[in-house]
Amino acid sequence: MTLTPAELTSAVSGGIGTSPQRPDGNLKVRGEFAYASDLWHEDMIWGATLRSPHPYARITSVDITEALKVPGVYAVLTHSDVPGRNLYGLEHKDQPVLAVDVVRYQGEPIALVGADHPETALRAMKKIVVTYDVLDPVVDMETAVDDTPLHPGGNLVRHVPIRRGSQDVTADVVVTGRYEVGMQDQAFLGPESGLAVPAEDGSVDLYIATQWLHVDRDQIAAALGLPQEQVRLTLSGVGGAFGGREDLSMQVHACLLALYTGKPVKMVYNREESFYGHVHRHPAVLYYEHGADHTGKLVYVRTKMYLDGGAYASSTPAVVANAATLGVGPYEVDNVTVDAYGVYTNNPPCGAMRGFGAVQAGFAYESQMDKLAEALGMSPVDVRVRNAMTEGSVMPTGQVVDSAAPVAQLLKLVQDKPLPAGTSTDIRELPGGVSNTTHGEGVVRGVGYAVGIKNICFSEGYDDYSTARVRVSMVSGSLAAAVHTAACEVGQGLVTIMQQIVRTELGIERVTVLPMDTTIGNGGSTSASRQTYVTGGAVKAACAAVRSRLDGRTDIGDEVIDETVEWRHRATEALDPETGQGNAHVQYGFAAHRAVVDVDVELGLVRVVSLDCAQDVGRALNPQAVMGQIQGGSAQGLGLAVMEEIQTSGGKVRNPSFTDYLIPTVLDMPPMSIDVLELADPHAPYGIRGVGEPPTISSTPAIVAAIRAATGLALTRVPVRPEHLTGT
Amino acid sequence: MDFLRPETLAEALELKASMPDAVPIAGGTDVMVELNYDHRRPSALLDLTRIPELQQWSDGLRVGAGVPYVRIIDELGAQLPGLAMASRTVGSPQIRNRGTVGGNLGAASPAGDTHPVLLASDAVIEVASVRGTRMIPAADFYLGVKRNALEQDELIVAVHLAPAKGPQQFSKVGTRNAMVIAVCSFAISLFPEENRVGAAVGSAAPTPRRALEAEEFLASALDFKAPKPLLDSVKREFGELVSQAASPIDDVRGSAAYRKHALAVMARRTLGWAWQQLVDGEKACA
Repeated sequence: MTLTPAELTSAVSGGIGTSPQRPDGNLKVRGEFAYASDLWHEDMIWGATLRSPHPYARITSVDITEALKVPGVYAVLTHSDVPGRNLYGLEHKDQPVLAVDVVRYQGEPIALVGADHPETALRAMKKIVVTYDVLDPVVDMETAVDDTPLHPGGNLVRHVPIRRGSQDVTADVVVTGRYEVGMQDQAFLGPESGLAVPAEDGSVDLYIATQWLHVDRDQIAAALGLPQEQVRLTLSGVGGAFGGREDLSMQVHACLLALYTGKPVKMVYNREESFYGHVHRHPAVLYYEHGADHTGKLVYVRTKMYLDGGAYASSTPAVVANAATLGVGPYEVDNVTVDAYGVYTNNPPCGAMRGFGAVQAGFAYESQMDKLAEALGMSPVDVRVRNAMTEGSVMPTGQVVDSAAPVAQLLKLVQDKPLPAGTSTDIRELPGGVSNTTHGEGVVRGVGYAVGIKNICFSEGYDDYSTARVRVSMVSGSLAAAVHTAACEVGQGLVTIMQQIVRTELGIERVTVLPMDTTIGNGGSTSASRQTYVTGGAVKAACAAVRSRLDGRTDIGDEVIDETVEWRHRATEALDPETGQGNAHVQYGFAAHRAVVDVDVELGLVRVVSLDCAQDVGRALNPQAVMGQIQGGSAQGLGLAVMEEIQTSGGKVRNPSFTDYLIPTVLDMPPMSIDVLELADPHAPYGIRGVGEPPTISSTPAIVAAIRAATGLALTRVPVRPEHLTGT
Repeated sequence: MDFLRPETLAEALELKASMPDAVPIAGGTDVMVELNYDHRRPSALLDLTRIPELQQWSDGLRVGAGVPYVRIIDELGAQLPGLAMASRTVGSPQIRNRGTVGGNLGAASPAGDTHPVLLASDAVIEVASVRGTRMIPAADFYLGVKRNALEQDELIVAVHLAPAKGPQQFSKVGTRNAMVIAVCSFAISLFPEENRVGAAVGSAAPTPRRALEAEEFLASALDFKAPKPLLDSVKREFGELVSQAASPIDDVRGSAAYRKHALAVMARRTLGWAWQQLVDGEKACA
């Protein structure tokens, strides 16, 4: 059977290219959706985590005697109770499940309490006596490599160099800059949560909010000293992720307590603990030098960037590779020198967050492009278009971009959109809003542009695949399908996409999405904008296998057609460790923004008046979900531009709350005008291009460019704070 | 923990007298956060939401401590424009539905949004106990960071606040356009018949604080009987004096220097708006 998707779409409603209602939509709107924090089990007990108050200290003793005496306490566990490997990590196994003799960040877990009530657990936790020999923390990412080594191999996690073209070429016009990106948090609303249920045979079931069931399972099994098949994970309701759930949080802890006590154990972090319980976006310091000829054509880009990985590696190596390989942006540059360093410090551990290394580089290279435009007397859009990459362009890694790269078109689309009306007289539309800080006094408007590039799917030779099972049988006289994967729905809408693909491929309208768990093969991570591509590809392939057995029948009697497929995208290559050359990435995604801001230059307050976007998504399988991703990604970029930062001092977090870690509200985020291009990628299922991350990259620099245009200030750090604008 | 639910004020005062540790709770927008974070574990909560007297306001004005912000905005905006403007900046719609001025006073946070308005408008806080009733001027109510003038057996019953006799303005700086705690705030009330103004700063000292020298300066510099357009020099001097009244700190929300700067800007602007209202012969808020 060789029906094309377009022909199949007409067979049933709710196929690809439409925006059917999410199966979880009504429940979420009504507040009835069961998140991981709502899990409940008869006879369950509660777990709590004792954490280090110090960013760096030697542990000289841990006394749990008094804690064990608290009535209602079932267990108090320390590192000596970890039966398997007391180290885990996504790329390097360097992070203890429970600290042994040293703590390397504020909030590092030291001991666990299991008790009959969360209050009891907290009370008992406060009776654990830990004595510390407090040490001077390493907190400066630029000097960390030469500072006190925090790990046996020293403080360099990874250095990625890229050498392309001439390394000593000169140019007519040269601009340099030093840029800083603060530590952003994913700020997902559903805190870390899960329920571990022990079984009589010594195995364990974990119901968990995560982004990647199988890699969680592998790390948990290793820590518990159990074979992988004795650790079973089922995805629970996930309240957002954005990269912050790629690493383990309470997974091993809950399982340890469950296996030790023989009771189901629930753990839920509160908001403050959540800030200590997951990795954040790497703060970065980036040095750039751009050289161009008098026509604005880039001759070279040289950059040295530092990314602060904090106390443990997490996904720092891959973040550094992204920052390096995407470090010149979506531009053609023949001569490139990049040195990107990911380092250990005693700051909070940093890892995956939407945009993953490309965000930090994006703020810097787009700031540089504006600086270059100014030096050349060109418009910001013209200098970008002059250098815009296209299909066939060569990346600094030597990789040829072999599908659509409509960078100039995206820029022109946002440039040609009508500008918003002039500054309002309604205080609700002015900086400060109803806080009534201005009736127009001091308000200056600015316009800024940015464009960004992001790799889609896992890179550098990683065996990136997903497994999908599609089962078809007769239900009430007609064909019905069920689709099963271990790919995590974290709110992005994969459940809808999978239904749409099955409907389109099989012409079956009734499609059930089965719970996501580890009884099926790996679905890969819900990250790198990859699930529609990879798990979507797997579901499509499984449908093709089912379809050939179905052979056009609409009645299969008692037969059950059940096909499981493991699907891979095309292979990628490692980077050459000396030159950074290699076909490291699967696909590239692009988005451009035009931001219009009103800045109260006397008070340093900003209102983003419009934030319009153009993005190529290859093909919009669910147009409404695509718009949602672009709006959400842009809002997260707005947050980094003007408010979101985990502030640290001496390695300690100063604002672990939503009172002081501010994320944009609906009154901070303007309505967006969005252009979606659908330039199919011939290498991808349905031609799709990952959509979730690119808008996060260009949103931030576009807004900062607009603030610069309004104020004339250099603004080399994000988030831009009022103090930066007022000079106080 | 006991959850006490008195039906009358007299009953509530008896309970408070017998259990001084009982924490009064109205909207719960502060207290519940503290409980959730284990910052306090009182022996009892004293729920004040069933006491009719606290939920009402009467002419004059005597505003019950349990009147939520949303009613102040919707029903008292014309009479108490400054308080309504400050109430409008509190939290989110959900918080404004629950939160109360009485709660703001009970918490006595230096960043509480209504405090500068109460100070600038000569509000008087009515507190009661089984021993009787006390009337405490707002200026005497705030004693320190999260400390107020209540005795252990007292409850906040009402805020007495005369209907505005002249223009009032409130302004608050936050690093988000809504639902944000004050980096610093400022309130001004004009009393044209008395040839004076009230001015106060919030979130810029250990307590909300009146800017007395700034008030005195305007009383002497302005002609309330025949208001003329303001001189820039007057606005600047006023802003400077307001700024000097503050003793802010550097913290995660902003620097001390920024707070002083922003207070001067807000003072200049709000004075300009209020004075213009006077010149225009208006009394209503913007």
